[in-house]
Amino acid sequence: MFDDRSPIYHQIAEAIKNDILSGELGADEQVMSTNQYAAYYRINPATAAKGFQQLVDEGVLYKRRGIGMFVSSEARDMLLSQRRERFFADVVEPMVAEARVIGIPLDDVVARIQTLKGRESA
Amino acid sequence: MTFGIDIQNLTVRYPGVTAIDDLTLKLEGGKIYGLLGRNGSGKTTLLSLIAAYRKVTEGTILVDGRTPWENEELTQEIGLIRESSDLVIEGENVKGILRRSRRFRPRWDDEFAQRLIDLFELPLNRGVTKLSRGQRSALGITVGLASRAPLTMLDESYLGLDAPSRYAFYDVLLADYIENPRTIILSTHLIEEVSRLFEQVIIIDRGRLVAYDDTESLRMRGAAVVGPAAAVDDFTTGMTVLGEKRLGGTKSVTVYGDIDPDARSVAADWGLELSPVALQDLFVHLTKGDPA
Repeated sequence: MFDDRSPIYHQIAEAIKNDILSGELGADEQVMSTNQYAAYYRINPATAAKGFQQLVDEGVLYKRRGIGMFVSSEARDMLLSQRRERFFADVVEPMVAEARVIGIPLDDVVARIQTLKGRESA
Repeated sequence: MTFGIDIQNLTVRYPGVTAIDDLTLKLEGGKIYGLLGRNGSGKTTLLSLIAAYRKVTEGTILVDGRTPWENEELTQEIGLIRESSDLVIEGENVKGILRRSRRFRPRWDDEFAQRLIDLFELPLNRGVTKLSRGQRSALGITVGLASRAPLTMLDESYLGLDAPSRYAFYDVLLADYIENPRTIILSTHLIEEVSRLFEQVIIIDRGRLVAYDDTESLRMRGAAVVGPAAAVDDFTTGMTVLGEKRLGGTKSVTVYGDIDPDARSVAADWGLELSPVALQDLFVHLTKGDPA
């Protein structure tokens, strides 16, 4: 589940964001408690709490006193627009750079994208 | 209930060796700590002093603000299970050890002890001297956890377990810690498996404190810098270098210390790759012997 690439609380936050993006966690749906999460993934509860707190700070989750944490209604739209903003910088630009390095003409890349697009609309 | 620990200028000398060397350390109550050190680094000595198995002769140790030595009221609330055979008493069986523990431990939980016995499939009527290494470990853990001591210390006591039992132990430890918060210190030299259980990590080497920090912060503080040798050398000048490897024109240098965003963008411009270091590797680098 977790690797050494980044802090675990950060990976926890990312995993929950992915669940919200994929629709697995819906708006106003309750998320696992930090203790349940810690026990399930065998991590320190303070680490799990840090990940959840990050999501509360970002407005992805909200707390209901004595009950737990829930997905905020605007979370999915917010995450989608963040990911869309990052898409070109995170995905397209490195792909173009890699294509240059290994000598794939950009026309070939574009052609491939056109093929995939055709397949999708077929 | 949880106990904090306050250690000031603690020193222990054995003939020819300083086991604990002017150690000062303050632990807040209620967290799970990992005490990491190589064999012979002073881990067991330190824990034995905290549990008042040994007398402090230089410096001070306070647990919950009190001195543990010859303080029965306090020591019954401090649990230490060592890997060695503290519980292996000639002529005593598993049931007998549990009976003794129940008598000495004010917060002993019989029902929990029974659950652990079942989990580890411990034979109640077997003599403790006839237990396998794994069973002795399991008995140690059972006594250590079921005591519910506000300060619970397990000194490598779970290393005798096989892998499935170790994972069962991690699960039960976490679940019980969540329900009954207390200060827990786990000492180990096998880190990767347990590091995620620790809120904070203490690394000692030759009786000295080498690192003490949040597990995550510590993990992020090490980095491997990989790239063309000259650029790597330039970039790492002035940093604490823990180790280096070279393969042809490529060099990998492990550094210890915070790398700020500016430095990260410099690294990217120079074509250097920065990657995190596993806690186990960091530990190995921080505690390896001085070059002779």
